[in-house]
Amino acid sequence: MNDELQALRAEADSALAACADPRALEALRVGLLGRSGRLTLLLRDLGKTAPEARRERGAALNRLRDELAARIEARGAELEAAALAARLAAERVDVTLPPRPRENGTIHPISRTMEEMAAIFGAMGFAVAEGPDVEDDWRNFGALNIPEHHSARQDMDTFYLPGEREGRRRVLRTHTSPVQIRTMLASPPPIRVIAPGRTYRADHDATHSPMFHQCEGLAIDRDLTLGHLKGCLIDFLRAFFAAPALPVRFRASYFPFTEPSMEVDIGWNRRTGEIGRGGDWLEILGSGMVHPRVLANCGLDPREWQGFAFGMGVERVTMLKHGINDLRPFYESDLRWLRHYGFSPFAPPMLHEGV
Amino acid sequence: MKFTRAWLGEHLDSEAPLATLTERLSAIGLEVEGVEDRGAALAPFRIAHVVEAARHPNADRLSACKVDAGEGIVSVVCGAPNARTGMKAVFAPPGSVIPGSGVTLKVGQIRGVESAGMLLSAREMGLGADHEGIVELPADAPVGAPYAAWAGLDDPVIEIAVTPNRGDALAVRGVARDLAAAGLGRLKPWAAAPVAGAFASRWRFAIEMPEVCPYVLGRTIRGLRNGASPRWLAERLEAVGLRPINALVDITNFFTIDLGRPLHVFDTAKLSGGVLTLRPGRGERFAGLHGREVSPGAEDCVIADAAGVQALAGVVGGEASGCDAGTREIFLECAWFDPRRIALTGRRHQIASDARARFERGIDVALMPAAVEAASRMILDLCGGEASEVVAAGTPPAWERQARLRFARLAELGGAAVAPERAVAILGALGFEERARDGASVTVAVPPWRRDVAAGGGLDLPPGMAEAAVRAAEAGAAAIEPEADLVEEVLRIVGLDSVPAVSLPRAAAVPAASLDPRQGRVALARRLLAGLGLQECVSFSFLAAGEAARFGQAPASLRLENPIASDLDQLRPTPLASLVLAAARNGARGFADGALFEIGPGFTEAAEGGQRLMAAGLRAGTTARHWAAPARARDAFDAKADALALLGALEVPMAALTVTTEAPAHYHPGRAGTIRQGPRLVLGHFGELHPALLGAMGISGRAAGFEVDFEAVAPPRARRRAAPALSPFQPLRRDFAFLVGREVAAEAVLRAARAAERELIAEVALFDVYEGPELAEGMRSLALEVVFQPREKSLTEAEIEAACARVVAAVAAATGARLR
Repeated sequence: MNDELQALRAEADSALAACADPRALEALRVGLLGRSGRLTLLLRDLGKTAPEARRERGAALNRLRDELAARIEARGAELEAAALAARLAAERVDVTLPPRPRENGTIHPISRTMEEMAAIFGAMGFAVAEGPDVEDDWRNFGALNIPEHHSARQDMDTFYLPGEREGRRRVLRTHTSPVQIRTMLASPPPIRVIAPGRTYRADHDATHSPMFHQCEGLAIDRDLTLGHLKGCLIDFLRAFFAAPALPVRFRASYFPFTEPSMEVDIGWNRRTGEIGRGGDWLEILGSGMVHPRVLANCGLDPREWQGFAFGMGVERVTMLKHGINDLRPFYESDLRWLRHYGFSPFAPPMLHEGV
Repeated sequence: MKFTRAWLGEHLDSEAPLATLTERLSAIGLEVEGVEDRGAALAPFRIAHVVEAARHPNADRLSACKVDAGEGIVSVVCGAPNARTGMKAVFAPPGSVIPGSGVTLKVGQIRGVESAGMLLSAREMGLGADHEGIVELPADAPVGAPYAAWAGLDDPVIEIAVTPNRGDALAVRGVARDLAAAGLGRLKPWAAAPVAGAFASRWRFAIEMPEVCPYVLGRTIRGLRNGASPRWLAERLEAVGLRPINALVDITNFFTIDLGRPLHVFDTAKLSGGVLTLRPGRGERFAGLHGREVSPGAEDCVIADAAGVQALAGVVGGEASGCDAGTREIFLECAWFDPRRIALTGRRHQIASDARARFERGIDVALMPAAVEAASRMILDLCGGEASEVVAAGTPPAWERQARLRFARLAELGGAAVAPERAVAILGALGFEERARDGASVTVAVPPWRRDVAAGGGLDLPPGMAEAAVRAAEAGAAAIEPEADLVEEVLRIVGLDSVPAVSLPRAAAVPAASLDPRQGRVALARRLLAGLGLQECVSFSFLAAGEAARFGQAPASLRLENPIASDLDQLRPTPLASLVLAAARNGARGFADGALFEIGPGFTEAAEGGQRLMAAGLRAGTTARHWAAPARARDAFDAKADALALLGALEVPMAALTVTTEAPAHYHPGRAGTIRQGPRLVLGHFGELHPALLGAMGISGRAAGFEVDFEAVAPPRARRRAAPALSPFQPLRRDFAFLVGREVAAEAVLRAARAAERELIAEVALFDVYEGPELAEGMRSLALEVVFQPREKSLTEAEIEAACARVVAAVAAATGARLR
């Protein structure tokens, strides 16, 4: 390479270093390698060179052209990176600012409990059955072996609606048991259903609400015994309270629609509210073998069919499971309470994820 | 039902500790509601003689006493005004805890005088409110004896809940019988020694209402003196919560509790005529012994003399013929009343008496003669006098029944392995006498006190049941019910805890879904709405009729006849009403901005089908203030988005939905709409709530809500999806700005654009709405993006232009719009 080319390269070098932006770089490229760029002109003038030196000079010129082109490109990339870095620096935001609000809704604890019941009893082969809140007093009382004069009708503080259906008074159902009657009338055994739903009694104080929820259970088959009833309830209670060793106690009792009838207690600690240990007993639900009269009232021959039924308070087991000690806020829709005790809609009770 | 341990001991020979007794009572169906052991807290206190009560040398109001409580004389400083020399009092030694205050006594100096104990008032012992002075005991009270035992307070009081089927357990004897059967002792024999009749009774009964009172016994007792009851009787009644009145009344109360056998005594001096007639009421008025006036009607049975009504039979006696200190002659009544009729009379007059509680559960008919003799004996013992012959009217109702138990049923129904011997023994102990027995079964006689066992009676069948089914049901119930009764008796005594628990056999290896498709969609809807940021509420199904009326309808058929409060008297037409009330409450607490939803019933009529499951949501107030976006009021489009998201999740065919601009009156008339599937089927409504309604219900800002009717949403068609048409050609997007009259619904423009090229147009989106002065009056501009999706080949410019022209023409034809 002769001095002329050396000088040109040195000149280009310093010009490249001085280039501060893509536009200056482009001007430099045009000035060197463009159509009338200095190197282009030198190449064009190659023909004027003596033939013996032409080959060598041509090679040197081409080398220099390739070299400069590469360096310009590299410089361009450098400048681009610098420019991007500068832009990104300018785009900086304070990422500690709060994001756009997105409120999370929740599932009410009562709904949650009823879904847990559907999941656990579902695993035992129970389907969810439903019935209307406005019933007649045959389905709510008569069919369930609670005759007109029976004291249970007074105990239950029934709400009445005007008018009659088929000569029977209209009532707001006082328990979910009418769904037993509807189920037995609608479909032949074997039957395994639970019926969670709204129930109503004319009672209002710190521990009673005029509307509350129950979950009824009914299983009818040819050979179900009180032993199955006990097994079914123990299996449910231990799954529901996630307490595999939960103590469960059965006491004789009386309900017009079952015989034998049992009250069911679970072990807990009266002082701390802890479920499963503590040496105290807490009454939690009523149950029994379906009374032969109830079967017969629904057209089932009790010589052929038998089974069991149970009913539990949804709020009661919800309060126990989650340590909620006041009944009234369940129905008050206080946003703070709902957010506090509500459940994520994205974690529904599923047996394979854990109820 | 309350009784004391000692009273139980009159009928039950048992060494069982109290805790064992109560545990067994609960296990066999006589649930213990409480045990009050008043003696436990009083155990350290002894009867003391105040040898000397002198004035305290350093305090005017205190006495310095020398007290002898059986262990030498001690010095006690006492502040009671009634402390005096020679009296008998109750002494608390140092170290004892005073029940009234919880203080532990120590020996101390009070103003320079030693005080080594305390003399107690009733309140300090927790025995009442009396704190006027220390308790003063009779002069013959034994010094040094434990006070509680002397006063009869060391006898624990047990209270049990008696279920409606167990009239026999409303008697100490009945409780004792159950405990004996359960292995906790021996039932003591009981028999009444007959009292010979000395004369013919001047009084007799006449029955004119045999359907209520088929049988009654009576006896005159004359020449008696009615004073205070002896201490044992008064204490027993007091312990179980009954106020002693006088010997005659106390004796009848005693037998009510002891044998479950209510009796009544009439003071014959206050009666007229010679006959007490059991007859229907005639609307007369009389003063009852419960302190209120009673007016029995034709459905009620009364006991009347020549002057008028003297008692409401089986429920409450009359004040006018009641016994008092002046009573010298009585007529004793021991009757059997029909349980159903007594229950109805008691409920009609709202009188809850001990007599009614027993008569309505059923009284032991066979016990009547012995009860008369036992009561006569006690009256003669306590009040003197002589008894007449017993008079009777009517005939005793038949009570003899038998029931058969196949031993195998104990396992087949009860799941319990009980040996036949044991079953028969338990039934025997409960009074069910064996009448016949073979290897497989036993037939027993039902005792007269167990009206609940093998009671029989008709079924309560629904109308329209087939004749054959009715016969099978009746025969089946008749065959099975008595046996189930006996299985229950055996099991409750054996103990239900001993029945082995058996997990249910699996109906299928993998259980079927417990929710049906509709229930599953409701669960999905709940999760979706919560996922959209709404909080789920569960509200009362009833509210004030006036509030309900704001949401469309409040028919009388849905108004409770006996509401618990006037603001809870009407079944709600929609859960949205409950949410508005909830939002108002939250606003009043300072939380005006919130999003709520409820899935629950709305009621249109009382008839079946008049209850509709609805989802309602409400967004009240404004969005949250945020640095990146200003707060804005919740509007109809928030509610519309919620409703459409819900319908989409329910797999409603969204293309088939139309939104029209009318809505129910609880919505803002210009900012609400109705969502339909097809031209008619209404799926729901959405929009801003009517400002007047919000104002009236206590919400100052705006709120937008929606209602979706699950009953109207059809189940999605179960079908396999066809393979999607995934075109290899790029879609083309073209924007159009249409100038259109303001009265034209945007949806009409969108619909027309979409329909212009069914094959080619994949999507039409509205991205701008402009109204401004440079537009002609009454016009607005709607900007649409139309996505053309070629499927067979790329489109040429000419084809694109033609397609665009068809969009413009279709929109123009449908809505009168033109390109801007």
